[in-house]
Amino acid sequence: MPTLLTNGTIIDPDTRQMSIGSILVDNGVVTARFDGLLPADATVRTAPDTTVVDATHKLISPGFIDPHVHLREPGEEHKETIATGTRAAAAGGYTVVACMPNTRPASDSVAVVQHIRTAARRAGFAEVLPIAAATIGRAGKELSPMRELVDAGAIGFSDDGVPVSDPAVMRNVFEYVKMLAVPYFGHCEEMTLSNGWGMHEGAVSNRLGLPGYPSAAEEVGIARDIALAELTNSRLHVCHVSTAGGVALIRAAKARGVNVTGEASPHHMTLSDRWVLGWLDEHADARNEPGMSLNPTTRPPYDTSTRVSPPLRSEADCVAVLQGLLDGTLDFVATDHAPHSRVDKEVEYRLAMAGITGIETALASMLMLVNQGRISLMDLIVRMTDAPAAFLGRGTTALRVGARADITVIDPQLVWTVEASKLFSLGKNTPLLGQKMRGKAVLTMYKGNITHQEA
Amino acid sequence: MNERQIMTADEVRRAIARVAHEIGERNGGVHNVVLVGIYRRGIPLAKRVATAIQQIEGSTVAIGALDITLYRDDLEIRGTATQIQHTHIPVDITGKTIVLVDDVLFTGRTIRAALDALTDLGRPARIQLAVLVDRGHRELPIRADFVGKNVPTAASEDVAVRLNEVDGGDDAVMIIRGAV
Amino acid sequence: MTMPAVSPFVPWIPTANRKRRHVLDLDDFSAAEIIDVLDAATSMKEVLGRSVPQVPILRGRTVVNVFYEESTRTRMSFELAARTLSASIMSMTAKGSSVEKGESLIDTIRTIQALGADIIVIRHGESGAPYLAAQHFKGSIINAGDGRHAHPSQALLDLFTIRERLGALQGLNVTIVGDILHSRVARSNIWGMLRCGMQVTLCAPSTLIGDVRMWQETFPTLKISYDLDAIIPATDVLMGLRLQKERMHAGLLPTLREYSTYFGISQARIDKLPDHAIVMHPGPMNEGVEIMPEAADSPRSVIEAQVTNGVAVRMALLYRLSGEATI
Repeated sequence: MPTLLTNGTIIDPDTRQMSIGSILVDNGVVTARFDGLLPADATVRTAPDTTVVDATHKLISPGFIDPHVHLREPGEEHKETIATGTRAAAAGGYTVVACMPNTRPASDSVAVVQHIRTAARRAGFAEVLPIAAATIGRAGKELSPMRELVDAGAIGFSDDGVPVSDPAVMRNVFEYVKMLAVPYFGHCEEMTLSNGWGMHEGAVSNRLGLPGYPSAAEEVGIARDIALAELTNSRLHVCHVSTAGGVALIRAAKARGVNVTGEASPHHMTLSDRWVLGWLDEHADARNEPGMSLNPTTRPPYDTSTRVSPPLRSEADCVAVLQGLLDGTLDFVATDHAPHSRVDKEVEYRLAMAGITGIETALASMLMLVNQGRISLMDLIVRMTDAPAAFLGRGTTALRVGARADITVIDPQLVWTVEASKLFSLGKNTPLLGQKMRGKAVLTMYKGNITHQEA
Repeated sequence: MNERQIMTADEVRRAIARVAHEIGERNGGVHNVVLVGIYRRGIPLAKRVATAIQQIEGSTVAIGALDITLYRDDLEIRGTATQIQHTHIPVDITGKTIVLVDDVLFTGRTIRAALDALTDLGRPARIQLAVLVDRGHRELPIRADFVGKNVPTAASEDVAVRLNEVDGGDDAVMIIRGAV
Repeated sequence: MTMPAVSPFVPWIPTANRKRRHVLDLDDFSAAEIIDVLDAATSMKEVLGRSVPQVPILRGRTVVNVFYEESTRTRMSFELAARTLSASIMSMTAKGSSVEKGESLIDTIRTIQALGADIIVIRHGESGAPYLAAQHFKGSIINAGDGRHAHPSQALLDLFTIRERLGALQGLNVTIVGDILHSRVARSNIWGMLRCGMQVTLCAPSTLIGDVRMWQETFPTLKISYDLDAIIPATDVLMGLRLQKERMHAGLLPTLREYSTYFGISQARIDKLPDHAIVMHPGPMNEGVEIMPEAADSPRSVIEAQVTNGVAVRMALLYRLSGEATI
């Protein structure tokens, strides 16, 4: 049954053009595109059973791609399942996600990779690309059967959650993965420097008495992995870059011609370590203007929903990470969606599991930066569609005739409040609970099927 | 607010003088008497009674100050906003005749708290009560031994004692109608 | 400090009309409230001096000590404070973190709430634990020490002792010497002292202070020194902190001897203090390491007074929390 999205602003990330138009979808692909406004009585409808979705004043974008999510299945289905995670992705406007291997068991065998693909197909909310474990059990000692895993569908490797601590093993991972032409997704951290950490090391951690995770611990990790990727002429992708120094290292490495890419998560661009102070922050701007600002003082101090790895860092780091995204040092936006259950989070701060559930709030968080004039809408959409697509070796996501109908319709003016009961993810662990946001995906289509629609 | 004066400065002075006489009369002299003023206005009143006794009997009477904040039974209602003051009684009260001095006797709860406080501080031989004004409406079986003036009041009224040492200006006792 | 708008999600912070419900740290106490507490503690100290040190004011209230870390002295201090005010008090020691033990902190707090506790006094090894407890308890929480973050009743008794011995607090020069980086006593004292207009200098090996910029971003007037002998002649209050061996990561100091040589509170050093100056220590002391026995016993030492005053200050806190004190 065909679907016609009418009179929206179509965003084409390949040509960086925006134009009013309509898109006809049938059999899972874009079958027609019409420029300009369609009059109400247009005879353009090709079939009487066409569903018409009025996209007036809305944006029609290719579906978003997130190369870094945690779906928790198999083994941690109390935190999230592939079904709930991809449903949440659809609610966030995403149609393709790559999931990390820190499941139980880890994604270090063909059986687990196949399970993930099967479960994702069955749920049908989004395309799921498995990232498999680089080492057996993510223990950092023995290489996983990487070639077999690629043949089973893995699109890259990582031990995410932890680095590969032994540099000699890391080198071997780089050497081996080179022949498979897929990236190593690096969680870069020198753990002896971050040992026992509670939050980012800085004035806030000092005030709150929490052991710190200094930026240097992440930077030492990034520098090491860049050097080893350079040594082996292999390919490194740096996950969740959170420090100004880390962005600078990647920028310099790219300038030297190293095959390195990076990603930026919305929380590392919009939330600083001062959020851990909550209402203790005497200097916070306590105004939640939807689409423009957030109010951290509605949160209590030591709110574990702020605990994430790498941690929320200084405001200067947030600015530098966004700058990295703007100048291409960091290639795309990745949410690092990391749902946790209440049991994991309702404990003493330093003991809480690290992670923010972010896929449903990513768009609104990034639109806030657009409204503040710090990134253009087009740049943002490119960094959420064509840029991750290129990283994954895919062509443009632009909605041309014949393209797969992965579409996100965005209402940039819709004001909504982040509420736990309304999140599709099982994980409610976001510092944004209670915040009013502006901008939401109101319709998401995956292969022509509507996977999310706001009431 | 509607104020009505029921005692002038002269009337206050005469009442204190009479109470001073009565204390000496009742106790056959003041050699074993300790005046203990209840914070706040009981303390300057106790000092004035002591001065009057000095003039009548020629002897100096010991004076103490008692704060009953930590003996109240109305913590939840009134909160802890009132400052705790110091209790200071310079002599051992065991075996003495304690004359509690306060400005207004009303429900009797303040005096009950004062009795508890005194028994924690020692074992007096006897405790007597001197007040400038008795306004009735007792909620406990407590009575004053020495009264400056009996003043019938409505429960909704307020009795305000103004003393030069605390409030400045002339001494006065006022009934305030319509006070909260 | 203007209080931010209160979200109904967070019902436990001081409300709009400034009623204090919890004592978690001194960072949300105004100078006026600190003075109110010290004044109340003065009256409480008078009660402690009586032959029958007991008043009935908190009769019927239940106070529960929940100590996840061993501390006989602080626990006993709160027990004595509660009993003097006629409150009933129970003490519970839960070793190890709640995660290791199986029962979560929240479940423990809820259980104690169901037992009828009005006030919970909590000491915990993790910074921030009392804030978590406060979100799940209808009564009042007093933080008796959380990780390296705060120990408000200790700071208040320290301020009380200083005022008792030296009079007005404004303008006094305090030098804090010891393992400052890991010290909750230091942090709470810094808040209280700066609020009351005192000048504070931190003095320790640089590994036990950490990045100076981190301190000065929160406390712009705080001073840092690595030379104790240079600042002693201008010091009114010399506060030593225990060198916390159990919290020190290995490798922060070369030897304890080197520490004592340059930062130890010795007789020679206290002889160079101004005549009126006092020496303090929260206890327990490592005599011979951060403080020499002669210094601890000297007439300048107010260490024992700190212990007595601790009971009075804790009585004042229990009292003020029981009646919905306005601040």
